[in-house]
Amino acid sequence: MDSEKTHITEYRVYGQVLLVLLILTTITITVTWIDLAAWSVFIALLIASVKAGIVLTYFMHLKFDNSLYRVLVIMVLLIFALVILLTFFDYLLR
Amino acid sequence: MDHIEEHRDDEGAKLGMWVFIFTEILLFGGLFLVYAVMRASYSDDFHQAAHHLNAFIGTINTLVLLISSMTVAMSITAVQKKNNKLAIILLFITLICAGIFLVNKYFEWGHKFHIGLYPGSELMITLKHGTVLFFSLYFLMTGLHVFHLIVGAIILTIAMIKVKSGAINSEKYVLLENGGLYWHLVDLIWIFLFPLLYLIT
Repeated sequence: MDSEKTHITEYRVYGQVLLVLLILTTITITVTWIDLAAWSVFIALLIASVKAGIVLTYFMHLKFDNSLYRVLVIMVLLIFALVILLTFFDYLLR
Repeated sequence: MDHIEEHRDDEGAKLGMWVFIFTEILLFGGLFLVYAVMRASYSDDFHQAAHHLNAFIGTINTLVLLISSMTVAMSITAVQKKNNKLAIILLFITLICAGIFLVNKYFEWGHKFHIGLYPGSELMITLKHGTVLFFSLYFLMTGLHVFHLIVGAIILTIAMIKVKSGAINSEKYVLLENGGLYWHLVDLIWIFLFPLLYLIT
């Protein structure tokens, strides 16, 4: 069953996505040169998460696919976040 | 009776790959969690040990994987636009990028083995506990990642061959899509590995 026309992403869009990813990578690296102590990890993870989100949305086509995939990905990420949370409850209360 | 059309379920195939990707996220996620707890316990040792890693090579590897993600995504566009020739070129570039990553990894690990830095080595036994944990995690996580990279490269090589033969075409390209998804997963894992291992100096 193939009723809808499948979405074709233009080459140009992928090029723009790569550019954004490269810029974010540059930011990640330059931020490490600034001494932010405990904030460094947080910022590194934040930028990495943004990059991951961009890869998922555009390269992995989540933006243009059936919304089911977006729901599933978010659910799995929430489950993972829960696992992290529970683990740190254990670790921090030892 | 004419040729019977094979039963195909492209959406099902794609869903299957996503479910597999979820298991991979939890696998590497678990390892990142171990890293997080160990790093919280031995932050100084981790900070010191990270100096042994070459951030320059790590950066090159990051760039190479990001580019390869773009080229594999573009190859799907090419197939959809019936430009199989371009798709093959883009897949070939993707595989070259994989090769560059592997060569870098070979030199990185090779150097460490050469100076006696590997799990269970005589040198490793003398090091502080936190340092040993850092290197164990480093070798385990980058090793598991490189294993996934090799599997991904094999899948994309098969896809490239099938694009050449026409088995993958604008009507039927779910194998390439799924191979691409797997490849993006390899990229995603590295997007987190790179800052957490290489940039904590």
